[in-house]
Amino acid sequence: MADHQTDQNGTAPSKPPPWNDPVIRSIAFQIVAVILVGYFFYYILNNTLSNMESRGITTGFKFLDTEAGFGILMSLIEYDESHTYGRTFLVGLLNTLMVSVLGIILATIIGFIVGIMRLSNNWLISKIATVYIEVLRNIPLLLQIFFWYIAVLQALPGPRQSMRIGDSFFLNNRGLYSPRPIFEDGFGMVVIAIVIAIAAIVYIKRWAHRRQEITGEQFPVFWTSLGLLIVLPGLAFLVTGMPLSWEYSELKRFSFGGGMRIIPEMMALLWALTMYTAAFIAEIVRSGIQAVSHGQTEAARALGLRNGPTLRLIIIPQAMRVIIPPLTSQYLNLTKNSSLATAIGYPDLVSVFMGTTLNQTGQAVEIVAMTMAVYLTISLSISFVMNWYNRKMALVER
Amino acid sequence: MSIINHSTSPDLPPPVTEVGVIGWMRHNLFSSPLNFALTLVGAYLIFTFFIPAFDWAIWSANFTGKDQSACTGGGACWVFIADRLNFFVYGFFPDAEYWRVNIVFILLAALLIPQFIEAFPYKMWLGWALLVGLPIVSYFLLIGGSFGIVHVETEKWGGIMLTLVLSFVGIVAALPIGIVLALGRRSNMPVIRGICIGFIELWRGVPLISVLFMASVMLPLFLPEGLNFNKLLRALIGIVMFQSAYMAEVIRGGLQAIPKGQYEAADALGLGYWKSMGLIILPQALKLVIPGIVNTFIALFKDTTLVLIIGLLDILASVQASIIDPAWSDVATEGYVFAAFVFWIFCFGMSRYSQALERKLHTGHKR
Repeated sequence: MADHQTDQNGTAPSKPPPWNDPVIRSIAFQIVAVILVGYFFYYILNNTLSNMESRGITTGFKFLDTEAGFGILMSLIEYDESHTYGRTFLVGLLNTLMVSVLGIILATIIGFIVGIMRLSNNWLISKIATVYIEVLRNIPLLLQIFFWYIAVLQALPGPRQSMRIGDSFFLNNRGLYSPRPIFEDGFGMVVIAIVIAIAAIVYIKRWAHRRQEITGEQFPVFWTSLGLLIVLPGLAFLVTGMPLSWEYSELKRFSFGGGMRIIPEMMALLWALTMYTAAFIAEIVRSGIQAVSHGQTEAARALGLRNGPTLRLIIIPQAMRVIIPPLTSQYLNLTKNSSLATAIGYPDLVSVFMGTTLNQTGQAVEIVAMTMAVYLTISLSISFVMNWYNRKMALVER
Repeated sequence: MSIINHSTSPDLPPPVTEVGVIGWMRHNLFSSPLNFALTLVGAYLIFTFFIPAFDWAIWSANFTGKDQSACTGGGACWVFIADRLNFFVYGFFPDAEYWRVNIVFILLAALLIPQFIEAFPYKMWLGWALLVGLPIVSYFLLIGGSFGIVHVETEKWGGIMLTLVLSFVGIVAALPIGIVLALGRRSNMPVIRGICIGFIELWRGVPLISVLFMASVMLPLFLPEGLNFNKLLRALIGIVMFQSAYMAEVIRGGLQAIPKGQYEAADALGLGYWKSMGLIILPQALKLVIPGIVNTFIALFKDTTLVLIIGLLDILASVQASIIDPAWSDVATEGYVFAAFVFWIFCFGMSRYSQALERKLHTGHKR
């Protein structure tokens, strides 16, 4: 700021003494800061190395190749005791990612519904939404997880007295059992059909948009897309001879066998994460919609738009601009909060890797650093993607 | 005889269907077929969830008694909570020393409540006493070992008291660190800015649990041999690091909201960096972000429950420990509802306060 000052006569002012020169000062400050931070890290590193030596802990990532020797409750990839510690990292990471992705999808759906409910003209509905939001967001998430896990799911009846829907779904204190789909040969065709349908929809949408720009004629894109999405895969399914069957769960002597089992840990965690985050998302949605001024709706009416297009073309795009940044931070929160899994034993990254693996190997520094690096990467990449989307949606001011 | 009536006819009352209870219901509950259906759904929800919940919590609940045998109503067994209340509030703090905790509670209330009252005199001094005086006094009172009062190890702390200690120390210590970090992030010096951004993004990018894990397993490795922190102090260090990063971002928002003219005016007056920040910018910026600070405090208050994972006995952990007591069976729901209620009261109150403040501070500049 004070670099390029000249006085009224156009001559440079006399130079200040070096200890008062802002440029020199700022360089000096920065050098001091670097030295202090560097010394701090050096000090910590030194202590850590000598501490680890005196406790007989080896450094390095060799432990990742040794056999883990402990089982994990749930795994998306093949895993048993004979796999390595490196594999436990992967299992934990995948479990974390799965619960986060499912949580984000469910919380977004519920959050948007509750947020719109809160703005409803119907007094009763808007009050129910308010109570939901105010209760859930003011109670710690960990408490909610414990509540669902211990007070609700563990209090369910045992396998013999399961709650059931027909012969396909069973709910008991061992988890939720549902039929497992078995894909036979030829199901690939159905998947291909779905991909083709999606490609066709994208093309039709572009074509309809172009045609409307030129001729002003509209094309029923939504109904065509829905039709395509149902008819194409349906045809493929019938033609290939229905290559899909279901494996049902059956009650064996003490528990259920076959089918698909969702462990109670996952149900409790997913449910609590969803309900908690949905309360925050609902508030974000409400404030986003309210931020669009009423004049916009009136202007849309004046242009002759009906209710649907008003919402789709005028209100939602503007509301999204307000909604997206806080929504991103809620997604990040949900992902980070999924680490609370460790409290009820859902095998996520923190619970498996930073819990069991750390206890068994004692490699605290490496494991904590790896885990933190994973979360940092997830955080930074979600915020990167969302920032990109946000820039795309942002108001282009002329 | 004239056919024109010159006298004014009396006002008719509005139609019954437009005013009063019926009118209100027509407008708010049954204005369209969709609304009618929604009202029915809402009523169904109330009948299936809220009424049984109330019945469980109040009408068929038992409030008085001594042990499990008093719970006969089929509803909630609040006797359990009453029996364990001391444990939930003080943890394992010795019975004879409860007065020390009580004094801290009273001091906290006495210093905090005036802050919410508009016209209370000496608010600034009370605020300083709250932020600086109270932690010092509480430290001596709770730990003891000096001034002739008994020493109480921090392992015995627990319950609501521990929750309050963790969140209060977290916020009070995070405030100055957060201010420094926020100023650093907006500094013109690239190295300082880089260090601050790195610190803030590192802590904001990782979950609090991993920070607490780090504090409990990695911190002892960082310290020179012979120096050891106890569990509470380690947790506090983790919480303060984590919280100061969030605080820094809140304060940065305030700093950005101050118009450039203020910075330039401070420069024009010839104030140096620290004076212009301390006298001109920060007082305005901090005032702007009080609602944001309260919101981070609410988040921190809820997050203190995580310390149970590294083995501290906060209120949730004391509930967890009590519900597995064989003297009581099937009291998990009661325990959780009680803990939830305590948290809810604090958090709801604070969020209402922060909303009111936001309305007060937004004097017409809202776009």
